[in-house]
Amino acid sequence: MAFDDAYRALTDHDDDARWAYGTGFADPFAGVPTELPAGVDPADLAAYCLMLGDDALIMSHRLQEWVTRAPELEDELALANIALDLLGQARLLLTRAGQAEGSGRDEDTMAFRREAAEFRHVCLAERADADFAHLVARLLVLSTWRLAAFDRLTASRDPMLAAVAAKGIKEITYHRDYAAQWVVRLGDGTELSHARMAAAAEAIAAPAGELFRPHEVEIRLAAAGVAVDPSTLRAEFDAVLGQVLTAATLDPHIFDTEMYAPADCGAAATMPPGPGAPGGRPPSGRDGEHTAALHDILTEMQSLARAVPGGAW
Amino acid sequence: MLRSSSPGAAADPTAATPGGVLPDAAGVVGAVVDPELPMLTLTELGVVRDVRQDGDEVVVTITPTYSGCPAMDSIRADIRAALLQAGYEQVDVRTVLAPAWTTDWISESGKRKLAAAGIVPPGPAPRRAAGPVPLTLTARATPADCPRCGHADTEVLAAFGATACRELRRCRACREPFERVKEI
Repeated sequence: MAFDDAYRALTDHDDDARWAYGTGFADPFAGVPTELPAGVDPADLAAYCLMLGDDALIMSHRLQEWVTRAPELEDELALANIALDLLGQARLLLTRAGQAEGSGRDEDTMAFRREAAEFRHVCLAERADADFAHLVARLLVLSTWRLAAFDRLTASRDPMLAAVAAKGIKEITYHRDYAAQWVVRLGDGTELSHARMAAAAEAIAAPAGELFRPHEVEIRLAAAGVAVDPSTLRAEFDAVLGQVLTAATLDPHIFDTEMYAPADCGAAATMPPGPGAPGGRPPSGRDGEHTAALHDILTEMQSLARAVPGGAW
Repeated sequence: MLRSSSPGAAADPTAATPGGVLPDAAGVVGAVVDPELPMLTLTELGVVRDVRQDGDEVVVTITPTYSGCPAMDSIRADIRAALLQAGYEQVDVRTVLAPAWTTDWISESGKRKLAAAGIVPPGPAPRRAAGPVPLTLTARATPADCPRCGHADTEVLAAFGATACRELRRCRACREPFERVKEI
């Protein structure tokens, strides 16, 4: 194609998806078959896709905040690349959630028009980072869990989840390597970096327990061959974390905790109560129970879309 | 024949053939280049998985390199525009996610073009053994010769480059930086 005349190239074609950025950011599943697997509650599948999609969307947002603030330019590129991968995974999963619930809500509606109580990520994803050690500790925990989960989801009966997982594994593998290498570098570094890496790991150890507490939706879908029961990921997670923490000269048992309470997320008491959880189990991020940190994220992430509904540029 | 009397038409697969005969759709799609690596066509990159022509309708199947690839919409639009310009009126560009893209799908000619542009092409993608995905705690020591001076003594400056698929390296001999496409 000829692009000798920039203006002509911009206006030549009657399609609004001409540019990757700006108007017409098209459906990421354009042309992909969208049938749901038989015998699966569509509401459960939608909720599960939101769990995995919101983990990625909210962590991606937190990673993006570090661009221009990282120790080195090379790390800003790395964090931006990782954030972009997670945003891509979120786009696919939020789109799938909209298809499953049959509501017609697309990825943008899911990201920009939901209230805090409708988000289903774990609180570890929304947690603000006190320093760079907190960021790499969170990234290590979340990507180790996600890699183990996606590895099993390649066998999901939902072909879309299986495809997203198979593709995502390649990406999360280097996300986890990047985070692990930084944890080792800081833990096995100076006295100061060791102390701050240890403090970061200890601070997120209790919230990390939320990842392994199965939600009713996960249990039902795991029985149907669609999802993975997160409690089955614990052994692989412990083995990986033990390897990293040992190399980082940190206590390899920091994350050996089954304990988790919403208060571990931080300022849960300042939030309006979420929809709650059935069966008397304490509510979690998977039920829409979040901290004030999510309000900060949503205020920034959704402000433009809410101020200018349907806006494009 | 009209075609033989119009020199250049055969060499330019994107030009509509005089006399109403549409050019080969696979040839038209095969000439569309990648927006991020414009020295490569999308076919050489392995993004184009299939081109099917049924009369006036063309169905093109593409796959993203990475989940977050921001160029997918641009790629779809470029393929569509090339086919419309060639005279096709019904164009359907579909996306497939499985099997997931791998650098092994970059063709030999694609790898030669990358090398000619000063970007070291990827080696074979890693094959994973059964069991959990192994953790890598030390930077991979992938060998790569300097594309400028040919020296083998090169180092990784940054594992993440301008796009997700590229790393930044430097030659210790001539000190010049260069890029390498990572295996995935």
